[in-house]
Amino acid sequence: MSAYIQDIRRGILDENPVFRLLLGLCPVLGVTGFAMNGLGMGLAATMVLICSNVVISIFRNFIPKTIRVPIFIVVIASFVTMVDMLLAAFQPELHDQLGVFVPLIVVNCMILGRAEAFASKKPIARSFTDGLGIGLGFTVALVALAAFREILGHGTVFDIDITGAAFDPMGVMALPPGAFLALGILLYGVNLLFRKLGIE
Amino acid sequence: MENKLVITPSPHIRTPETTKAIMMDVLIALFPVVVVAVLLFGYQALVTMVVAVLAAMITEAVVLRKKDLISDGSAAVTGLLLAMTLPATVPWWMPAIGSVVAIILGKQMFGGLGNNAFNPALVGRAVLVVSWATHMAGDVWPVPKPFSPFADVVTAATPLEKEGAELLEVPLMDMFLGNIGGSLGETSALALLIGGFWLFFRGHIDWRVPGCFFATVFLMGAIFGGGIYENLVLTGVFHLLAGGVMIGALFMATDMVTSPVTGLGKVIFGVGCGLITMIIRLWGNYPEGVMFAILLMNAVTPIIDRFTVPRKFGEVKE
Repeated sequence: MSAYIQDIRRGILDENPVFRLLLGLCPVLGVTGFAMNGLGMGLAATMVLICSNVVISIFRNFIPKTIRVPIFIVVIASFVTMVDMLLAAFQPELHDQLGVFVPLIVVNCMILGRAEAFASKKPIARSFTDGLGIGLGFTVALVALAAFREILGHGTVFDIDITGAAFDPMGVMALPPGAFLALGILLYGVNLLFRKLGIE
Repeated sequence: MENKLVITPSPHIRTPETTKAIMMDVLIALFPVVVVAVLLFGYQALVTMVVAVLAAMITEAVVLRKKDLISDGSAAVTGLLLAMTLPATVPWWMPAIGSVVAIILGKQMFGGLGNNAFNPALVGRAVLVVSWATHMAGDVWPVPKPFSPFADVVTAATPLEKEGAELLEVPLMDMFLGNIGGSLGETSALALLIGGFWLFFRGHIDWRVPGCFFATVFLMGAIFGGGIYENLVLTGVFHLLAGGVMIGALFMATDMVTSPVTGLGKVIFGVGCGLITMIIRLWGNYPEGVMFAILLMNAVTPIIDRFTVPRKFGEVKE
């Protein structure tokens, strides 16, 4: 049991894909203008990650070594297409906001990385918890970054005004350069915190 | 006997010039500009400058964990230069945020003085322009009220945003003396030239960067400026005097850390700054392009330096 909990903890803290591994940065920088978009993107990626991890783990003994990457990509692309259609059907507004970044989950190196490094070697249940942990870590990071940018850039979080009218939003944080600035500042803060907590 | 044969790597001769002395010279060079700014724009100019300088010095002291506020004086110069690029009407917290950004993101993030790729004051200004465009563009440029230090300033658009006949209402002599709307330190070409000559006289700046910058702006303005004053030469002069060309070319493009060190490199740097400035002015969305021109050329400075290494004495061409 503890191995499963360890998988989830590792995904959120020690090997957080954004704060520790700096993987899958394209959506991290692209859709974190609003906290809602960050949450939607994080959950969509988590969904794809869990499904692809489980499927690849099931077939891990049948996948020929030489063509494993194309097979991983096909599996990931199938789930991304499903998530894309589900979002379009049930959350059309969010789907419009995320735009091209949903199809781009296919080439997210975080998901391919877990397939290659974990799911293709480990049993099904472990692959499931690994996908869940890494996905949650990704979601936490996206929401944190998006909330940070939304507060500074718009004065709101999840569209709720929290700073009042006197606050003059710092427009650069809502723009693409702000994503790089905010990510750098957050990385600094998180790594400082992790060092204090003794997580290496 | 052994002690007399100490072998050390170069340099063997040290200059008595210190960073602090250079920064003091820059502050002295900025003094006429400061005086003119306060005379023209009153107490609001003073508040902006004091806030920017204090914020820069405090940020530097906090980041470096030093109790010495003045340190090598570079933070004060950065803060003052930043204030010079802001209109007097900005709310008091904007120069403060600009200074903090300039010191942390523009300078200390890269490893402190000497390691920064971009001019820190311009990094601070760039963040302010993109973030609070409403305070930094449009009808925010104060109309000067010479010798009335306690008057609140009235604002209008910059001459660069005017077109055609309106421009003729701005006499070139007023632009030379500084009696026009604009940022604190950019209006008076006369004061800036005095400061520039002081820096040149003290050997801190090279004639190539400002010279090529001015020449390019003048030529581009004269040829493509549309003959605003019904005269190509005067139109070129207008583009030289308008906006931030003077302060940019004399005080910011000449920053020793962020401009090339080779002679040919400085020429390329100056021409590049002038070209980008005029391209943005004439065909871009922003009325003024000096800041982005200098920042962009800062980015290519290492490449310029790399390809303009002069031939060593005695080296044979291959």
